[in-house]
Amino acid sequence: MRPPPELHAPHPAEHHFDADVLVLGGGPAGAWAALTAAEAGASVILADKGYCGTSGATAPSNTGAWYLPPGPAREAEAERRLAKSHGLADKRWILRVIDQAWQSLDDLAARGYPFPIDEDGRPYRANLRGPDYMRFMRRRLDKARVRVLDHSPALELLWHDGCVAGAAGIRPRDSSRWQVEAGAVVMATGGCTFLSRALGTDGNTGDGYLMGAEAGARLSGVEFSSQYGVALFDASITKGLSFMFANFALEDGSPLPEGADRASRIARALIEGRRVFGIMDKGTPQGHAWLRQGQPNTMLPFDRAGIDPYRQRFEVTLRSEGLVRGVGGLELVSDDCATDVPGLYAAGDAATRENLAGAVTGGGSPNASWAMASGSWSGRAAARFGMAQRSVVPRPVRALGGAGLRPTTRPFLEAGEVTRFVQGETLPLDVNFFRTGARIAESRAALDAAWADIRAGLAGEGRGLVRAREAASMAATARFVWEAAALRTESRGMHRRLDLPDEDTALDDRIHVSGVDRIAAGFRAASLEAVAS
Amino acid sequence: MIELVHAGRCIECDICVRICPRDVFDAVADDVPVIARKSDCQTCFLCEIYCPVDALYVSPRVGTDEAVDPIALEESGTLGSYARALGWKRGRAAGTDQDTTRHLRLLGGVGG
Repeated sequence: MRPPPELHAPHPAEHHFDADVLVLGGGPAGAWAALTAAEAGASVILADKGYCGTSGATAPSNTGAWYLPPGPAREAEAERRLAKSHGLADKRWILRVIDQAWQSLDDLAARGYPFPIDEDGRPYRANLRGPDYMRFMRRRLDKARVRVLDHSPALELLWHDGCVAGAAGIRPRDSSRWQVEAGAVVMATGGCTFLSRALGTDGNTGDGYLMGAEAGARLSGVEFSSQYGVALFDASITKGLSFMFANFALEDGSPLPEGADRASRIARALIEGRRVFGIMDKGTPQGHAWLRQGQPNTMLPFDRAGIDPYRQRFEVTLRSEGLVRGVGGLELVSDDCATDVPGLYAAGDAATRENLAGAVTGGGSPNASWAMASGSWSGRAAARFGMAQRSVVPRPVRALGGAGLRPTTRPFLEAGEVTRFVQGETLPLDVNFFRTGARIAESRAALDAAWADIRAGLAGEGRGLVRAREAASMAATARFVWEAAALRTESRGMHRRLDLPDEDTALDDRIHVSGVDRIAAGFRAASLEAVAS
Repeated sequence: MIELVHAGRCIECDICVRICPRDVFDAVADDVPVIARKSDCQTCFLCEIYCPVDALYVSPRVGTDEAVDPIALEESGTLGSYARALGWKRGRAAGTDQDTTRHLRLLGGVGG
């Protein structure tokens, strides 16, 4: 049984709203959730930490998506993904995401989204250009009368009689507080990159993982949080296509150390203290022209630094893409993306993507398709659940937020020092890219000790409060990651254990974590047995 | 990070203040917006393309300041260069129908 959550008196709020459905986060998953809920007849509020239309990892990027009409290609893609997933994906889910993404992309086209036309005169719908896509979605939300609260980060969930019943947050510009009482909440706050500065992910600080855990929700697959993207040194662009024409070598021109893949080889070199350089000496002039026209932001860092990447070498680094292009997130207990807490749904990177990707990245088409599918499903289900709560009046609410919001002593910690500490336990390649049992144990101990201090003394005001809560969310996420990783005594996919390099078929199962102060971790089979008994 | 609001070009529409996902700018009454929280900038370049008059410059460097010369950026055509490459005009979305990324994916490029 889930322990009852810690309940607090809500903070007094200047702005009060009511809605059937509250969506937290305005990236693609949140936008689809809000749109679908509104189309189902619900009154909908979407609260975004930044601006819905530019927020999140998709808006500044350009992403593939599954566009596979019914036919044998679906089966082939599902099998291909399944084969790469190290035994942890689910074919039925892959097929239903493919089907929903196809419907959602056709829906975009029917609403006038300007997909490119291919050489045969047919629209090409398997790709979405981020800025255009998210601006288009914002327009649709405004037309569908979704009330969007921009620059309004959520700080905590609200609770009524065993159900999630809304959320409370702040408007950092004037430090005023908002409170939305809602029949259902869709968590679409994105993943967590621990402020690695990978493109578009600075707002992805794991807020939804902590908020969900405070309500009693479980997480799954968070040990798969070690995806790293290649970036030009001191630049943010980690897009996969940026370096498709590049070869990499050490500073003296000698080859990179051996490794399973490009990222592993670069990681080894960087850990050894070597600098890594690339040059785009592959491909044809036609390919280079397509890259410049189709992915212009990949060329900005070169153009603006005066580098010709086709002739000159450039230094690169690896940036953590954490749980954005990693895998784990809130566990889903039904086909409509419900969590195990009534009234709480999860979509996009806030939810686990093990069903699609297993132990490897779902970056690109799977994740973009997942945002559309999980957004649509959770929005529809949240509308149904939320509208059914209209008859429940009055609904006095309690607040669920602890760490960073309600210190138990006189505050003695600020967000910056907590964030730097958590980054030290999550970003370095020799801590996270390649893992060892000893280092995982060290991180667990350090984070446990820090968590006690965070609960006692982390606080802030105005923007500082947002930062404090983000720091607490990153610390909580790091604890979930290392609790799960400690249990996975093997290497599997992106979970690379130097001390245990082989996959262990006995561990062919998902790992769940839950709790806030005391974290419980276990394999799914064990938790199913516990439920059965 | 964001380095420049070009005072000569800016029309004080405050769109950048509204759309910046990291809330980096502050509006100023009867004046151009100020870069109030530069270190919060996530170097996503989106403010550049939403700006209707190409008055903004984002340095591709995420962790180091870049000294910029507004006149040189204007003369070199750097201001607005990202919006032009995408096909966005005067802050309005356009050009995604000309996206060539499908060719790269067919060449065997990875997703993302």
